[in-house]
Amino acid sequence: MIIGTAKETYRADAALLTTQPQRVWMAIFLAALLALPFVLDAYWLYLVCLAMINVGAATGLNILTGYTGLVSLGQAAFMAVGAYTVAWLERELGTPMLVNLTAAGGVAAAVGVLVGIPSLRVKGLYLAIATIAASFILHFVFVHWVPVTGGASGINVPPATFFGVELVTYFRLYWVILPVTALMVLGAANLFRTRIGRAFIAVRDRDISAEVLGIPLLRYKLMSFGIASFYAGVSGGLWAYFFRVVTPESFPLLASIFLLAAIIVGGMGTILGGIIGAIFMTLAPEMLRFVVEWVSPWVPGAGTLLSPLRTVVFGAMIVGFLVFEPQGIAEIVARVRRYFRLWPFRT
Amino acid sequence: MTDLLFLLEVSLAGLGSGALLSLTALAFVLIYKATRVINLAVGEILMLGSYLFFAFGAGMGLSVWLALPLAVAGGALTGAVVERGLIRPMLGESPISVFMVTVGLGSVLIGLVELIWGTDPRSLPPFIANTPVFLGEAYVSRKILVAFLVAGAVMAAFMLLFRYWRGGVALRATATDQAAAYSCGINVPGVFSAAWTVGCGIAAGAGVLLGAIGGISPSMGVFGLSALVVVIVGGLDSILGALIGGLALGLIQSWAGTYLGGEYQSVVTFGLLIVALMVRPYGLFGTHEIERL
Repeated sequence: MIIGTAKETYRADAALLTTQPQRVWMAIFLAALLALPFVLDAYWLYLVCLAMINVGAATGLNILTGYTGLVSLGQAAFMAVGAYTVAWLERELGTPMLVNLTAAGGVAAAVGVLVGIPSLRVKGLYLAIATIAASFILHFVFVHWVPVTGGASGINVPPATFFGVELVTYFRLYWVILPVTALMVLGAANLFRTRIGRAFIAVRDRDISAEVLGIPLLRYKLMSFGIASFYAGVSGGLWAYFFRVVTPESFPLLASIFLLAAIIVGGMGTILGGIIGAIFMTLAPEMLRFVVEWVSPWVPGAGTLLSPLRTVVFGAMIVGFLVFEPQGIAEIVARVRRYFRLWPFRT
Repeated sequence: MTDLLFLLEVSLAGLGSGALLSLTALAFVLIYKATRVINLAVGEILMLGSYLFFAFGAGMGLSVWLALPLAVAGGALTGAVVERGLIRPMLGESPISVFMVTVGLGSVLIGLVELIWGTDPRSLPPFIANTPVFLGEAYVSRKILVAFLVAGAVMAAFMLLFRYWRGGVALRATATDQAAAYSCGINVPGVFSAAWTVGCGIAAGAGVLLGAIGGISPSMGVFGLSALVVVIVGGLDSILGALIGGLALGLIQSWAGTYLGGEYQSVVTFGLLIVALMVRPYGLFGTHEIERL
């Protein structure tokens, strides 16, 4: 049981990890992340990399939707912008990987700010629908701007090179995806210790009150769109290096729904929620594969049921979490933590 | 002269598909008016309706005139169950949460349909003759004409019901002020259920008509997105808006598809949506809600 944490400085009060157990668990988690690629086989490593790419994009969406309160169903389209930027730069200029990833984020952020303009006039559901419209228009651009995007057949991306090492295996890619994603998550966590992040939260809680407090809505809403799209762009760039081909169908509307579902399932407005949600939503459908393989001796043709079953489970998870656990998995985690903190006295 | 005739034919086809858009938009409007929920699963209910028709008509070999009401009833039943099971517990939650529930529901419905009937596109048993109809000199597909007439009749019936029938007045009262309607003795939860039941029934019926024209597949729920554009442009709580918006969007899509190429349809549709949202976020005929602090 922890009675309390005596904080003697403002630094300690604003720290990311405030208690000793938190620091210990974080150290264990980081050590596990470093050990993972040495113990997992290629299939699991693939899943872990994919989950981490989704973590980056979901964290970005969480900044926009969870913290600023602007619902977006266009995050996957911004990922696509990032992926296409990386693919184009690799094909045309062959610039280094880190430059490409930064450029991917930058271009996506610019597009994101543009798409965010309707947010000044509409909010809530209307904004969600406006972002759906924007993602359909971006899809049209990807299909028809053939000289840049390669049309419907897309662009093949050569493997990333990092100081002469070709990143062709999942093992090598892991060491790029992990630090980039970790950096993005750390950036998001730190964002909400700054003036800008606090302004986002004020906008979410009541935009008119925020404006009265002297927060220019125009600037901060667009900034939030820009940051969220930057995250999506970088994740999309990683995605392009990971799958090595980018087509207009790589990022359908369903992928945007997936990301929004991830932060709902994980818990909106918490950094932990974005991480857990993205991992959970990436891995849960894969668990279904094992269930299907397990029952296949008894159920003929179980393999063909996998894809529809995934669709059903995906939808059921969104509905189930919203109805039964609207605060998401982060709330469950908080409950467990509370239980242990108060353990002998309140069970 | 032939160009003009061609334009007329294209416009008539556009009006026909526009009538289907209006009908689907009516489902959105009914549900939104009563419960303030944008039900994105309308497109999937529409798909479910067409598959139910397929199951009753082709699978069980029932007469189409029996299968049609059964399909509509199946959609209505789904709507009633969803309202009681999922939407009622979400009462008072943020609109985004409820919206996402309907998104999840749509995914579940697609998955279930794929589980039962597979992913291949199919065609419905024919129940409208293929022989074309000539209005003057212009050629119109009979299916599209039938769809137009049915959609028009249903829309007209609902306009009259809202104006004169007690239940319609109750729904309008609920839409204006739920608490006041409740205190006047209107069964507001009943209105919620009725709106979802009827709305989903309409969507299922629209699905049968749409399936008769273009065949059915698990992804035909995308049509619901076009209808969503119609209700946003026309105004979320206006039946007149749904009617006019649907016909206008049908015309525009038809023109864009013919003169610019089929791939421009979606970009024109969604471009229109963004312009509408920027200029009149509450729609052409919708109620302009004033936000209070």
